[in-house]
Amino acid sequence: MTEILYAVFVGPFRDMAGSPAFLIEVLLGGLFTGLMYSLVALGFVLIFKASGVFNFAQGVMVLFAALTLVGLMERGVPVVAALVVTMAVMVALAFLIERIVLRPLVNQEAIILFMATIGLNFFLEGFGELLWGANVKKLDVGIPDRSFIVAGVQINQLEMSAAATSAVLVAVLAVFFQRTRIGRALRAVADDHEAALSIGIPLKTIWLIVWSVAGLVAIVAGIMWGAKSGVQFSLSLVALKALPVLILGGFTSVPGAIVGGLIVGVGEKLGEVYWGPLVGGAIENWFAYVVALVFLLFRPQGLFGEKIIERV
Amino acid sequence: MTQAIAGPLLEVERVSVRFGALLALSDVSLNVQRGEILAIIGPNGAGKTTLLNVISGFYHPYEGRILFEGRDRTRLSPPDVAELGVARTFQNVALFKGMSVLDNLMTGRLLKMGGHFLLDAVWWGPAKRQELANRAFVERVIDFLEIQSIRKMPAGKLPYGLQKRVELGRALAAEPKLLLLDEPMAGMNVEEKEDMSRFILDVNGEFGTTIALIEHDMGVVMDITDRVVVLDYGRKIADGPPEQVRKDAAVLDAYLGAGHD
Repeated sequence: MTEILYAVFVGPFRDMAGSPAFLIEVLLGGLFTGLMYSLVALGFVLIFKASGVFNFAQGVMVLFAALTLVGLMERGVPVVAALVVTMAVMVALAFLIERIVLRPLVNQEAIILFMATIGLNFFLEGFGELLWGANVKKLDVGIPDRSFIVAGVQINQLEMSAAATSAVLVAVLAVFFQRTRIGRALRAVADDHEAALSIGIPLKTIWLIVWSVAGLVAIVAGIMWGAKSGVQFSLSLVALKALPVLILGGFTSVPGAIVGGLIVGVGEKLGEVYWGPLVGGAIENWFAYVVALVFLLFRPQGLFGEKIIERV
Repeated sequence: MTQAIAGPLLEVERVSVRFGALLALSDVSLNVQRGEILAIIGPNGAGKTTLLNVISGFYHPYEGRILFEGRDRTRLSPPDVAELGVARTFQNVALFKGMSVLDNLMTGRLLKMGGHFLLDAVWWGPAKRQELANRAFVERVIDFLEIQSIRKMPAGKLPYGLQKRVELGRALAAEPKLLLLDEPMAGMNVEEKEDMSRFILDVNGEFGTTIALIEHDMGVVMDITDRVVVLDYGRKIADGPPEQVRKDAAVLDAYLGAGHD
């Protein structure tokens, strides 16, 4: 009995203290994975806040963005041009989604819009496959997947660049939503559709903006993930990991999405490396969901979410 | 053009609204004259709110036209109607509950802020200056409505009567030509009603804003309005000055019930 307790509560921490450099490497790896979850969750939050639509297709949008980028590059388009075209494609996609899916369903129940995004999910998956093929593709954006050693800690250049890019992206988004009129309009729409309309906020424009931004965030997530482990259809499954992140961070909180993603990323990596051997591994696969379950039981609004009040 | 300016601010011409088999408004015509306070009254389900929703673009009529300043505006969406200078409040208070009172009013002034929606995102220097200029007007509205003490409070936390006042403030922040109020005094006590009546009269007097309001309290209607339109079962049954409408047999019958004494 004491052996088990020791193995669970003392052993792993002794290992951590024994090799701090390795611990830092594990933490960095976890933060990197977490960042990807954050980016996918961020796309969810933006759309959910502004339109109350739970966009099930966010994960596939990541895949679709990465596929488009890789597909263009495979056909000899230079990186920068391919990136610009991909951005244009994502904005066009947002426009089409607003036009074809959202507008006819305005004022429908949330569940109907949610189901529409499930449809969108399958459409984009199939369409992407049709367009660019189903095989795994290597995405090379010119950042070498190289490591160097700083104070005994191995640091991956690709991961660092990706992290820096996301940090910049999040900062830009924060400014965009805090310091512009769009930010206020967006909060207004999130609060009350009818009132927002009555004071002259064009709902369509707002939706176009949030879906476009979610599309652009999807490109960044797609590049990071694609560069790390290749562009393949399992990429869309990342969306499933974004769900516990949302529960953890709160569905309406941008900081929540980021912090939630990092917590899940670091938590599952630490669990896998230090506690994994005790249970034969695979902690990484269920850690996020167990955390989400605990949150659902004790704090359903998440870390930063608005308290859930049923409005009548 | 001169004719358009001289004519009524709003003309509703033979408007019918249908929800499936239900005819919510049938063949309703009315004018709102510049500078007046018009009351729309009628029993529950008479179609008053539907009429307001048609005017503000939330519903579109199945038949008939709506003219604003002499121009046909029948098919406009709510944001477009707002852009014309029509502001409204809602029966069940539709505030931005998470925002402070001040932010609610500033948001109400969004249309007056000018600038380009997307351009602002890239270059917010001019936007910042705009914000300060508009802030001054919003502060005036806050003073006018005597809500200085609650300006930083989240709107959702305020008592109901104050929420209604803030909602009025948000509508005023847009400097509307036409102000539509859907039961501005519903659920208020006598004192709050007196305050609200005073604000409505002052808005009309000081800013010259034309007001159309739905109200149930007949005392208030008689006191503050210039003209009364009565709806019953989606039809207009009377239109005239309060003292005349009050004596109208059809109104007494419909509005107060057949068995009144």
